[in-house]
Amino acid sequence: MSGAFAGRALKHGMDAVSRCSRPQFQRLRTQKPAFKPAVRSFTASTRAWEKKYTEDHEWIELSSDGKTGTIGISTYAAKALGDVVFVELPTLDLEVSAGDSIGAVESVKSASDIMTPVSGKIVEANSVLEDTPGKINKSPEGDGWLAKIEMSDAKEVEKLMDADGYRKFTEEADGH
Amino acid sequence: MALPGLAPRALRPLREATPACRPSYRTISARACPQPRRVILGQTTVIGAAGRKTDPIRPVPTQGLLQQRRQQSSTATPAPTFYTEEEPGRTALYDLHLKHGGKMVEFGGYSMPVQYGDLSITNSHNWTREKCSLFDVGHMVQYHCDGPGAESLLETVTPAGLKDLAPGQSTLSALLHPVTGGIVDDCMITRLEEGPKHLFYVVTNAGNRKKDYDFFNAAIEKWSDTMNPYVQLRHLEAEGQPFGLVALQGPLSAEILGAALSSACKVDVSKWYFGNTKHITLALPSGESLPIVASRGGYTGEDGFELSIHPSQTIEATEQLLKVGSEDNLRMAGLGARDSLRLEAGMCLYGHDIDDSTTPPEAALNFIIPKHRRTADDIGFHGAETIIPQLTPVSKGGKGVSRRRVGLIVEGAPAREGAGVVSQEGKAIGTVTSGCPSPTLKKNIAMAYVEDGMHKSGTEVQVVVRGKNRKATVTKMPFVPNKFYRGAM
Repeated sequence: MSGAFAGRALKHGMDAVSRCSRPQFQRLRTQKPAFKPAVRSFTASTRAWEKKYTEDHEWIELSSDGKTGTIGISTYAAKALGDVVFVELPTLDLEVSAGDSIGAVESVKSASDIMTPVSGKIVEANSVLEDTPGKINKSPEGDGWLAKIEMSDAKEVEKLMDADGYRKFTEEADGH
Repeated sequence: MALPGLAPRALRPLREATPACRPSYRTISARACPQPRRVILGQTTVIGAAGRKTDPIRPVPTQGLLQQRRQQSSTATPAPTFYTEEEPGRTALYDLHLKHGGKMVEFGGYSMPVQYGDLSITNSHNWTREKCSLFDVGHMVQYHCDGPGAESLLETVTPAGLKDLAPGQSTLSALLHPVTGGIVDDCMITRLEEGPKHLFYVVTNAGNRKKDYDFFNAAIEKWSDTMNPYVQLRHLEAEGQPFGLVALQGPLSAEILGAALSSACKVDVSKWYFGNTKHITLALPSGESLPIVASRGGYTGEDGFELSIHPSQTIEATEQLLKVGSEDNLRMAGLGARDSLRLEAGMCLYGHDIDDSTTPPEAALNFIIPKHRRTADDIGFHGAETIIPQLTPVSKGGKGVSRRRVGLIVEGAPAREGAGVVSQEGKAIGTVTSGCPSPTLKKNIAMAYVEDGMHKSGTEVQVVVRGKNRKATVTKMPFVPNKFYRGAM
């Protein structure tokens, strides 16, 4: 594994992910009426807001009203990870601060935490990934999104890199 | 057989005191430059056909032990080259790895491929189980250990039963710390030539290069101090370069190796069984025949071979194997696949599943201590005082062990090294030492040390991954049945 992405694997967030066990979590989710995001779905929301990246290889894309963000891992990270065989999704309603672990992606060789780029409340998790974790490899910045977060401070996004900045960042990382 | 310039009369009487079958040997100078290893082709058929070869009767040497000791002392030279994490070494195949898109990482002081451009780790893993993979394992450390004292020295530092090991046979063993019986390293020991001279081929782990060498050196020094017979440990190298080591692993490996042999090579691959080593000759494109020492076995649970190749021809031989195998059947594979394959095969990785603090009974490696080495007559190996009582459980009057290495199948998230193991009641009972999602079983497999009593297969436990308890079941290893070629024996 290259760079910071693998380096921080499993270091963070023993408590951040889990407030309840997985069976409980699954039960909770099925009991809950289908969640209606306040905004239109991720795929339709690409126009207004630019995608931003972290140095830990997550991306976030804001909804058109700027209140909710969709989080995933970058194409670069998905490639570095190899075949993803397991995805740990965040618990709904989890309150997190920027940098907290909200889940993990695992390949045969490694486990890597996913950190939220912004603070807020988790409002949706991409449950498709539970059965088809490979979707993260096929479409890391599309259908392979991980979670949606209701942001508590929209300004946090401004500190992140844009696509161009991130590309340069990864090129530098590879250069070493 | 007299050694030159020796045997003052005053010391003659000592000779009578020594056993009549005392070994003969050549002088140091005759064995000072042993490499490249000259392969004695004639012996191959003898070993294969007749099994254990009997010693030729040799004349009793004409001088006593003291004189031997004055003339030659036991040594451990040449030593391997020691590299650092910061400046890792490169195997002979380094450029070949890059050519095949190898993604290089530091491992055991060497820069090694973790995977190759054309295959993901999972694909490479599956390829090995279905076809054949070629692994560069040239980072591992190869030694020759010979001299009249070689057998007893190795039987002192390991629990192996070498007297029963016929020429051409290999055994898994472990170097052990004195007294504690902790594992210094795991190793493969192969007898190449029988006594009285003895020649053993010993392969140890890359990551323990320095530690093992210091351990051997100390053991040999102590050995010399107590008037033991002469022994020499030599790192297997030529012109300062270590011998290459290449593994073919997978169901097609016999077919591929068979096709790569030179027409003059008499070895019949179909009668060459797991745990046996042979001298073979490989046909090179140049028309040359390259002598190679090869053992049937490996670290993946599949049928396969490990080939020890002269450094000047490691690249040529490897390229030839790849060519003979063809891309349809044979691909290069890296450390990533090697790790998941060995885990499925239930094999230990030193520094993870075994270390200086674990003894063979704790590591569930009782099988490396043959029956006769557990009895009073033959017990003298490092740490026997700790290990032998551990072999008998407390219920039968022994000391037993407090923890044991077990296999686990974990539900939900894969458990990795360091994950805690807790009982159903939530009590901490152990730690995972390695784990991954098994590409073959599509389940999460792991090795862990758990408290004695919780080690029986079928025991339900829990593993803590990212703060959540996941259901796990103690499971017999290997997780994936091994396919070693044992023939119809």
